[in-house]
Amino acid sequence: MELSFYLVQLLNAIQYGFLLFLVASGLTLLFGIMGIINLAHGSFYMIGAYLAYGLTEMTGSLWLGILLGLPIALLVGYLVERFAISFLYKRDHLYQVLLTFALILIFNELQQILWGTDVHGVAIPAPLAGSIPLTENQSYPVYRLFISAVCIAIAGGMSWVIQKTRLGMMIRAGASNREMVQALGIDVNRLFALVFSLGVALAAFAGMLAAPVDSVYPGMGENVLIISFVVVVIGGTGSIKGAFIGAMLIGLVSTFGKVLLPEMASIMAYALMALILLWRPQGLFGRAH
Amino acid sequence: MAVTTRSLTLPAALLILVLFPLFGSSFYVGLLTRILILAIFAMSLDLLIGYTGLVSFGHAAFFGIGGYALAIAFQDATTIHLWQALPLSLAAALAALVVGWISIRTSGIYFIMITLAFGQMFFYYFFESPRYGGDDGIFLFFKPVLMIGTESILNLENENTFYYFALGCLVTGYLLLAMILRAPFGKVITAIKANEHRVRALGYSINRYKLVSFVIAGTLAGLAGFLEGAHSGYVNPSYMSWHSSGIAIAIAIVVLGGMGTLYGPIVGAFIVVLLQDFLPSLTEHWQLLFGGIVISVALFLPRGATSLLPRILSRRQTTRPDSPPPEDGPREPADG
Repeated sequence: MELSFYLVQLLNAIQYGFLLFLVASGLTLLFGIMGIINLAHGSFYMIGAYLAYGLTEMTGSLWLGILLGLPIALLVGYLVERFAISFLYKRDHLYQVLLTFALILIFNELQQILWGTDVHGVAIPAPLAGSIPLTENQSYPVYRLFISAVCIAIAGGMSWVIQKTRLGMMIRAGASNREMVQALGIDVNRLFALVFSLGVALAAFAGMLAAPVDSVYPGMGENVLIISFVVVVIGGTGSIKGAFIGAMLIGLVSTFGKVLLPEMASIMAYALMALILLWRPQGLFGRAH
Repeated sequence: MAVTTRSLTLPAALLILVLFPLFGSSFYVGLLTRILILAIFAMSLDLLIGYTGLVSFGHAAFFGIGGYALAIAFQDATTIHLWQALPLSLAAALAALVVGWISIRTSGIYFIMITLAFGQMFFYYFFESPRYGGDDGIFLFFKPVLMIGTESILNLENENTFYYFALGCLVTGYLLLAMILRAPFGKVITAIKANEHRVRALGYSINRYKLVSFVIAGTLAGLAGFLEGAHSGYVNPSYMSWHSSGIAIAIAIVVLGGMGTLYGPIVGAFIVVLLQDFLPSLTEHWQLLFGGIVISVALFLPRGATSLLPRILSRRQTTRPDSPPPEDGPREPADG
């Protein structure tokens, strides 16, 4: 195996890591700010992928599909927060787990009612459909590079919002001390609704971007969900930086695991998480409590 | 006579269960056997989440290990001797010891997630191992028998015999747990759930108590998995999955029935299995209804269905103020 082969794997790992980061960053904020374990977060990834599929079929363009799909995802996020999640803030983790599990069942049924149980594919838009040749028989698809580039832009934007804006200040304050933020007179309900909807939109956006490279299938959310939790826990809950490092670690470990140790690949991400928690029970960037 | 009504409920329920095979068809005896097995599993989970305050998301792994231990040891055997097979469910105890020893160092969401990680590791290990059938799992063509010499005393091939065997396991498990919970050990673990710091301040080594509780629960889950494998005739990775049939459903069973009581999970197993059996006859999209039911119970009846019983009884009591107030159920868990 030559160098270019490893380069392709490295690029794949980074692209996978970025998509995981989009899903996990919402999840880690939900936990850090609102103290919510949201098992249904993977469903939003699935909803995003199905929206991309459905709207692309309707409009004939992935770009239009994403443009129309994002407001729908935001709306779904807002409604779910109002009518389900907002009842959970004061509840025990156990009830959060149970209720959001029930939400998964409901979303999965709705998906089957709307789109059926078939596996679908979304075509890569024409300008990005090519691939860049690396050697005679190795090449790398442009669309995957495009995903990474978009994710870098989003990660940069998020870091700017969180470090430099008033909203980001409230988010950081909320993650470090929820009661104090409330006591300072910030409308926490509105903050929670906003953060939740943004988290949903990010997860859905990840699903939309991934739709052309992965197929769109029922239950696709669950696979992403568990691995995103691993990312959140490795990074430490509430830490965007942690989610980023965690996502890249998992991207590398699962991609290279599949190449180097195929029979152990699925186990390695979990083993890594167990090891990290043994060393730092609060995750890499989590605060000790 | 509210208190008497309540204390008679359990023996009456047991009597109905004992007499059931005399009247029920073999299909329903089979269904009921499945419910009893799930009840054992849910009861073991309740020891963790309802009594010790440990929300373990990897508990299904021990259920699966109990099943796989039986299947791996006897996949080519033509006779499965019960006295050889039953101790194999202790494999789950060993796994629980290792997983528990590592996991109890964390708490809160980290505990939920590290147990989930271990659960997923076991799931993928069996899912991707061609030696143990991978995705398809292992089929068992015979059911365990108990023989002395050449005389078979207990042949689980017979559906009714299996039913009584499972019922016996459930009752034994129930009594054992009731005994444990009444002992000083039980008082300490319930205290840990209520306030861990205070118990530590009293000088108890809480990790040791948590670990023992984790291992007891894992062992009982292993027994349930052993029974499930023997009863259904196959063992596959879905035993250990976190959704569909695995841990999330088990949590639903415990909470729907009423956690923090030993009879709650048993009632919950009846509710959930009967719902899963009945709802698909109403609509193809029955998970929508099931999800709705789970949400409503968790929101409006957080202490589960069995908390309705004392409530109904106490309503009757208001018309008769001279009788003693019924003992209240477990208190709601402290808000996180």
